[in-house]
Amino acid sequence: MSKPRVVIVGAGHAGGSAAAFLRQYGFDGPIYLVGEEPLLPYQRPPLSKAWLKGEADADSLALKPAAWYAEAEVALRLGGVASEINRGAKTVTLASGEAIPYDFLILATGARARMLPIPGADLANVLALRTAADAEHLKSVLGAGKRLAIIGGGYVGLEAAASARALGAEAVVIERENRVLARVACPELSHFFQRYHGERGVTFELHAGVEAFVGEDGKVTGVKLADGRTVPCDAVLVGVGAHPNDELAKDCGLDCAGGVVVDLEARTSDPHIFAIGDVSHRPLPIYERQFRLESVPNALEQAKQAASAIAGRAGPTPEVPWFWSDQFDLKLQIAGLPFDADRIIVRGNPDTASFAVFHLKGDLIQAVEAVNAPPEFMAGKMLIARRTPVSLDKLADTTISMKEVAA
Amino acid sequence: MAKITYIEHDGTEHVVDVKPGLTVMEGAVKNNIPGIDADCGGACACATCHVYVKEEWRDKTGTASAMEESMLDFAENVEANSRLSCQIKVTDELDGLVVSMPENQH
Repeated sequence: MSKPRVVIVGAGHAGGSAAAFLRQYGFDGPIYLVGEEPLLPYQRPPLSKAWLKGEADADSLALKPAAWYAEAEVALRLGGVASEINRGAKTVTLASGEAIPYDFLILATGARARMLPIPGADLANVLALRTAADAEHLKSVLGAGKRLAIIGGGYVGLEAAASARALGAEAVVIERENRVLARVACPELSHFFQRYHGERGVTFELHAGVEAFVGEDGKVTGVKLADGRTVPCDAVLVGVGAHPNDELAKDCGLDCAGGVVVDLEARTSDPHIFAIGDVSHRPLPIYERQFRLESVPNALEQAKQAASAIAGRAGPTPEVPWFWSDQFDLKLQIAGLPFDADRIIVRGNPDTASFAVFHLKGDLIQAVEAVNAPPEFMAGKMLIARRTPVSLDKLADTTISMKEVAA
Repeated sequence: MAKITYIEHDGTEHVVDVKPGLTVMEGAVKNNIPGIDADCGGACACATCHVYVKEEWRDKTGTASAMEESMLDFAENVEANSRLSCQIKVTDELDGLVVSMPENQH
């Protein structure tokens, strides 16, 4: 009997890692890795930080050196677009016409930046930041004396603002809500980040609708706001969320719900097909619901789940979802998600730039947002996983160590 | 190039050449060595690249920063010679370095 063959569609952090874990776990059948970008799998988080600031290069971003794929016998189809999955014949067809048979298929197609359907969206220098090519373009238009307008005060936007300032450029963040990080963080954290960025020269237009991008000679020169003002700029970064690339899955009839629905093995409604990373809509047992996570730890966890299932070994221990963000000299670490939280406890003082916000449901920790506070993050993550009540008084008291709180 | 030996929890040894300037974590990840997960890619945000530095190398690898210390404080199976491998920069001085991995990274 011939060895089973795995085809991975999507060569990002999730897809690239799945290939590596399959080999680590002893899978010795053929592996095909199909990626739309012309590049080997690379890390995306540095694109808005170290890479933009010139502190990282393509080599340091690559998950594995080119030689690894040859040695590990991972067949690459870079610059390859998967156009159709035939579940009956078990083949993936590429735009080039090549049909690759599979025994197991892993969808790791990720998510794409949501763009704004407004006039001027197609002007030059109106950018998103998802890919190395995007980052290259953004870097080429940033520098001393330039002005970057950022639409959306989320993590990518704030990271880019901090990097722009480090490069001597001006940065203005334009946000529809009345605070930054409105969709993802509590008001305490929003206010802290806005103040910290403000003190370092980032300006904000909050509660501001964007009507159009205006330009000259095909290049963006400003952002027209709903109140009639125009914010001048040399480039625009649109960071208003992402949309899962689940069209291939939908077209072949897999269950989708704002992402491809999978189980704790990352298996879709077809037992021969897995979906991992940003494109998947996955169970979160701790919170008793399904959710789509956009994070590297999630991509890695699901890559391990799928690779384990295919290689026939036990899956990894379920993890608490977690995220991180670096801005200026701040290290933000988030564990868990604040589902159903009914109170928050702030441990420490935001004025000291080292504090944590705990989100609780009764006396169970649902999530923690820790700024320059690794013990709070690490202990918080452990306590979220453990699902045991904590003493709220101890948690609020910084004279009591997190070790003791977690004891 | 510095020769670095990574020893898995079950005793399996991997000897690889790592370019100075990379970190001990990057050396492991780029060579697909099992047992170092490095979820955060070197941001000192996750403690999933925990290693034990062989006693005779502890002077040369230096000491953990306050940030690294507090991450290690909550990692599992931490010993006196525990380090986060993303915080150890490879230099020619570290040619011959031996590190081993804990059973799990969390």
